[in-house]
Amino acid sequence: MTSPSSGEAVAEPASNGLGWLLEQRVLLSIAVLAVLPWLLPSQALAVNVLIYGVVVMGYNLLFGYTGLLSFGQAAFFGAGAYFTGIAIGRYGVPWFAAVPIAVLFSTCLAALIGIVSTRTRGIYFSMVTLALAQLVYYVALQASSFTGGENGLRGFTVDRINPFGLQVNFLDPVNKYYVLMAFAALAMWFQSRILNSPFGAVIEAVRENEQRARACGYDVERSKLIVFMLSGAISSLGGCMLALHLSIVPLDILHYQTSGMIVMMVLLGGARSFFGPFVGAAAFLILEDVISVWTPHWQLFVGAIFVLFVLFLPKGIWGTLLDTLRVGKARS
Amino acid sequence: MSSELLRAEGIGKHFGGFVALEGITMSFAAGQLTSIIGPNGAGKSTFFNILSGALTPTSGKLHFRGRELNGLPQHRFVHQGISRSYQITNIFPDLSVHENVRVAAQALTVSYDIWRNRARLTELNARADTALEAVGLLAKRGELAKFLSHGQQRALEIAIALASEPQLLLLDEPTAGMGPEETKDMVALLERLAEKRTVLLVEHKMKMVLGLSKRVVVLHHGRLLADGAPDEIRSNPEVRRVYLGQSEGYG
Repeated sequence: MTSPSSGEAVAEPASNGLGWLLEQRVLLSIAVLAVLPWLLPSQALAVNVLIYGVVVMGYNLLFGYTGLLSFGQAAFFGAGAYFTGIAIGRYGVPWFAAVPIAVLFSTCLAALIGIVSTRTRGIYFSMVTLALAQLVYYVALQASSFTGGENGLRGFTVDRINPFGLQVNFLDPVNKYYVLMAFAALAMWFQSRILNSPFGAVIEAVRENEQRARACGYDVERSKLIVFMLSGAISSLGGCMLALHLSIVPLDILHYQTSGMIVMMVLLGGARSFFGPFVGAAAFLILEDVISVWTPHWQLFVGAIFVLFVLFLPKGIWGTLLDTLRVGKARS
Repeated sequence: MSSELLRAEGIGKHFGGFVALEGITMSFAAGQLTSIIGPNGAGKSTFFNILSGALTPTSGKLHFRGRELNGLPQHRFVHQGISRSYQITNIFPDLSVHENVRVAAQALTVSYDIWRNRARLTELNARADTALEAVGLLAKRGELAKFLSHGQQRALEIAIALASEPQLLLLDEPTAGMGPEETKDMVALLERLAEKRTVLLVEHKMKMVLGLSKRVVVLHHGRLLADGAPDEIRSNPEVRRVYLGQSEGYG
């Protein structure tokens, strides 16, 4: 070994195979998602894993990495979907422009909710996000001329798209899956960049010790607001994907039950792990699929499994698996 | 005397009807180690929290390098060049030792950057390692901070404060909870730090303070009781009465 220069000496070395592998997390995640439709029992399920995976991944930035337990993430998931649908259906915006517009508007909504909620802490933060998200729900319910109210938003079917001059039938489930996967890949790349950035270190410092982060020179409130907006932006992209996928936006998407489901998914998969949200979304949706076949009370069973996870596997499926691999590596 | 770094003018702090500090006026020169001592409840911690921005004084003014600090939020104090450590270990337990210090080092430059890869910001990584080396923790850089011993966590506490390369380093009882062996290491570290930096120390261990400091400030019931070289303090009858003569068990 040649002696490394002082610059290389301080860079974190990828000392073992596992470490190197984990550094390729975006590519690995994309590879797994690419074969997902053939691993799961149905393609409809795979699309849902993709969509909820992105939503939960955005939420993980807020809950897992920054330690802020919000019960209002459905507001941004729903906002992404509604803004996409309204832009396409009402204003005739082409679908590829509707998605960034929807994300932008949803991020503004996240800024508004964030300004109010990030001033509070702990249980108050959770309650304020819950209340404000319910406010968004009731606005969507009441403004029915814009949102379709109780019936949900309809009339913006995207059936044919032509990216880069190609004619793609968007009603074909396989085509649809891979188009939506491109969005998921973009979201994963963006999230990975945030996590690797200096700001990614700030949010972890805020989670670990708010007082010390402040003493180190960080504006804690501002950092929380920024991460709240980034998290809302990524989750709203999941909403855009849902709108393109379903061609309708059900009102339920904004309900607090959706927020609760997002929290359950991140805990099942593993908060603070990169791929955990997709694992959690898959686990939840598979459980729902399987159990609802033989009983309408599937939520009872999913709830019981969730409780067991919180008690015995607090790091979730993916987080626990990674820990086991790391320990195994360290022993060998 | 070298140039003035920090000046406190008539600093007072009331908590409701309770007067924690009253009329503290003093100035601190660059490049020396000053200790603040006093019995429990003397107002040392309050004074310290005011100097680091954690508390806002009820009355009086703070000047640092000619700039008034009043009204500045706490997180801006580091940007002015004042950095502190804590009496009760206050680190980032689930981050690596290196990351603990690196995140403190980046606060002045790239804190809200969401784009660059922090592993490639070699200058910051090197600065974190320099701070770790200064406190003798470089060998532990990859470990999680929560797995360090108490003495090592106290040293990390100081490395975090050092990472922003402050002009004034405020250390709140760095030997709190330490055994004699660890205390000896810490004293050696403090001596090394004081060679190049302006250090303000709050301490309880009288013998250690008198051996270490160039200047000692004694607070009592929120007021300034004495201020001078260690020898003057040792022979000051007032100080002997309120502090030195008392048993260690006080408070």
